[in-house]
Amino acid sequence: MTTATAAHGHDDHHDHHPTGIMRWLTTTNHKDIGTMYLTFALIMFMVGGAMILAVRAELFQPGLQLMQPEFFNQLIGVHALVMIFASLMPAATGFANWLIPLQIGAPDMALPRLNNWGFWLLPPAAILLTLPFTLALFGIGDGAIATGWTFYAPLSTQGGIGVDFAIFSVHLLGISSVMGSINIIVTIFNMRAPGMTLMKMPLFAWGWLITAFLLIATIPVLAGAVTMLLTDRHFGTHFFDAAGGGDPILFQHLFWFFGHPEVYILLLPVWGFIPHILSAFSRKPNYGYKAQVYSFWAIGALSVVVWAHHFFTVGMPVPALLYFMYSTMSISLPLAVLFFCWIATMWKGSMTFETPMLFATGWVILFGIGGLTGLVLADVAADAQYHHSYFVVAHFHYTLFAGGMMGMMAGAYFWLPKITGRMYNEKLGKLHFWLTAISFNLTFIPQFFLGLAGMPRRIPDYALQFSEFNMISSIAAFVLGLSQLIFFYNIISCARGNGEKAADKPWEGAEGLEWTLPSPPPYHSFTEQPVVR
Amino acid sequence: MTFKLFQKLGAALLLAFWSLAVHAEMAWNFPKPVTPLAEDTLHVHNKFMVIIMIIFLIVLGIMIYSIINHRKDKGYKAANFTGPSTRSQVLWTLVPFALLLYIDFILMGIPAYHSVVMMEDTKNNADMVLKVTGMQWRWQYEYMDGDAKGVKFVSNLKTPQEQIENKAEKGEHYLLEVDNPVVLPVGKKVRILLTSNDVIHTWWVPQFGTARDAIPGFLRETWARIEEPGTYKGQCKELCGKGHGFMPVVVNAVSEDEFKKWAETKKTELATASAGADKEWSKDDLMAHGKEVYEKNCAVCHQPDGKGVPPAFPPLADSKIVNAPNFDGEGKLMKDSHLDRVFNGIRVMPAWKGTLSDVDIAAVVTYERNSFGNNMADVVQPAQVKALR
Repeated sequence: MTTATAAHGHDDHHDHHPTGIMRWLTTTNHKDIGTMYLTFALIMFMVGGAMILAVRAELFQPGLQLMQPEFFNQLIGVHALVMIFASLMPAATGFANWLIPLQIGAPDMALPRLNNWGFWLLPPAAILLTLPFTLALFGIGDGAIATGWTFYAPLSTQGGIGVDFAIFSVHLLGISSVMGSINIIVTIFNMRAPGMTLMKMPLFAWGWLITAFLLIATIPVLAGAVTMLLTDRHFGTHFFDAAGGGDPILFQHLFWFFGHPEVYILLLPVWGFIPHILSAFSRKPNYGYKAQVYSFWAIGALSVVVWAHHFFTVGMPVPALLYFMYSTMSISLPLAVLFFCWIATMWKGSMTFETPMLFATGWVILFGIGGLTGLVLADVAADAQYHHSYFVVAHFHYTLFAGGMMGMMAGAYFWLPKITGRMYNEKLGKLHFWLTAISFNLTFIPQFFLGLAGMPRRIPDYALQFSEFNMISSIAAFVLGLSQLIFFYNIISCARGNGEKAADKPWEGAEGLEWTLPSPPPYHSFTEQPVVR
Repeated sequence: MTFKLFQKLGAALLLAFWSLAVHAEMAWNFPKPVTPLAEDTLHVHNKFMVIIMIIFLIVLGIMIYSIINHRKDKGYKAANFTGPSTRSQVLWTLVPFALLLYIDFILMGIPAYHSVVMMEDTKNNADMVLKVTGMQWRWQYEYMDGDAKGVKFVSNLKTPQEQIENKAEKGEHYLLEVDNPVVLPVGKKVRILLTSNDVIHTWWVPQFGTARDAIPGFLRETWARIEEPGTYKGQCKELCGKGHGFMPVVVNAVSEDEFKKWAETKKTELATASAGADKEWSKDDLMAHGKEVYEKNCAVCHQPDGKGVPPAFPPLADSKIVNAPNFDGEGKLMKDSHLDRVFNGIRVMPAWKGTLSDVDIAAVVTYERNSFGNNMADVVQPAQVKALR
């Protein structure tokens, strides 16, 4: 194949591809597709953020000010679906597309057309998810899905067309994720540079490999569950209806069999690239590489056997409660190994604190809070109080905003010079970090106390004793939301070619094949296959 | 320079929030427990919070030490280790691991085990049984045995709509007040059975340390032994539709004597109400009572003006169903008639025969047929509804 194309002189015109919109529609290049994924994730991050700011504005004080409860319920559910499926997951896939081939010395992803298709399913899915809002404005239907992101039957069985739209959207997003996962697994297993054994592979690739397996294992279960919901809604089945012999709790089991691994699907890629950043700015190799890889595996395996801790309050037999409690607690063991390795990587390093390192260090601390509060949530009796209160809301924002989004931001600042070939504005980057970290804590620490005091989540209006904390949380949420504009500015100005030109290896301590290429890397990287010794 | 400025700004912001927090009356922990289960939960929760805070502070301390000392600008030269190399180092890396095993499964695991067993011990030595039925968006309580056996009523949010819409000043118990609080005796172990008529709800009273889902078609159970008289409040905490934020739980815990008295009054009240079903009601009385019933039960979906929220909640004004006869020539209830809808329900519309009395149903149907511009001029008598049972 290579000789044939060489005979046509194709190699002389490496960058020959359609221009304009056709370039992006038809591209099979991993860098183009990665860029599209990352751009999409960033846009949806804004969309999801705008939704939750509307919610926080409503919750600024008691009483209904801005919206009716129906619309409030739509906003919270779609916010979660957008942030999880249309922002965090595409961001992770975008980084995978850009970085995995560069890091393992592959010329491209193994299945380039599948890659293109995987991306182009996302925009229709996002449209399906949000279209009911617009349709409702024209009097069609009653708006988007209003069941929260969890689709719990029978609330979702009685919901409006928004539920059907969300079901189809989840199907598309799921197909896209499974295709992305297949592509990553095939690429990692077949296209590593000579000498790069699995146990020499960068941790980011390892994190993604486990994520990909988890996605393939669990997305079909979610797809099955929402399809059963669809047939319950329109074709007279009774999977989740006790009146016909079904069981509403079955839905929760199926949903969380996907839903709990999903947490690690979102986090494993971040656990993968944080060590790269910590090691680069500590100027010191990663501590406990093998221990980290084995912990990834352990957490991946445990994540599929603990799902019922998401609904302890439905009532279960005591042995089931105990099993799910202790298995959930045991996740803390491999996670503690990871924390140990991250801190040991920093220990006795020669650290500097550029923006990626600030984000990575802040990430370790804040994600730590998310992990530790998760440990107490495992306790069944106390969980009866934490569950579906604001305590849980705060907990999973520490894991998913701090642990997920802020991790993505660390990665974005770290690889932005490589991807765009330009250095971002360091002062603005640091400003972005401090504003994000402070306002994030001020948004969510009050929510821990709200939960303990007894405020349920997903309520549009609340009793007067919750007023002060909600007010603080809302103000801080707006600061948090607005500070993300600095992030967008930094990315856009790099992408437009402003700023200092980045060196091939802009970070003194960075390791890995991607830094051996120019910044930005050529459209087709590794014309000569690198060899790892 | 900018960094310093932001440090100062951040500190000022924190200080501002802190002073706000100290001055306002804020709750920092679970509300005061009043059952053995809640006491145990609070105890376990406090213990676990202390444990995780200690872990957090130790790890944070190590990180901060490293961040302060192991810096390039301090001239610190990076070490090169990638794992434990000597036997003693290996042992040291195992210490935190062993410590965590101990914390997870002994220090936290054992008290957590006892809490679970206690929480699920719903049947042993139970003194009475209370059945709680969740429905969109109210609770129904039924006493299954004991002094109040047979007492059954619905508990609705009492906060006026004007307060929610900010047209009136909010009362002290805003959103946490109901028309019919459930009354329980102190010192008795109450076994609470839960179910639902429509979607999943969660019956939650934080001070009882209990929260359990009410699942349509299934029975779930929990328990409470209230140790102090008082009024205890909670809310539904499973998203159950648009009224999710507006279905509070209010429990009055009273002494056993008071409970007996309350049960007697309630029984007489219910007997009078059902006796009312046999007498002939005037249209004015039905209309007046119907308006009350409508505002309490129907207005949340069909709206106070009867215009509904189409397409989910159809309007009653000008409705074809409302403006048609209920009974055929032989006096039999017609299918899909107005009364049939109210009595038997359809899809999202509940079957009100389960929750409203004959008088309530007759009154509300009469009210709906003669309001919002509807003018059927007929009345439905409670006896006609009673005959349908």
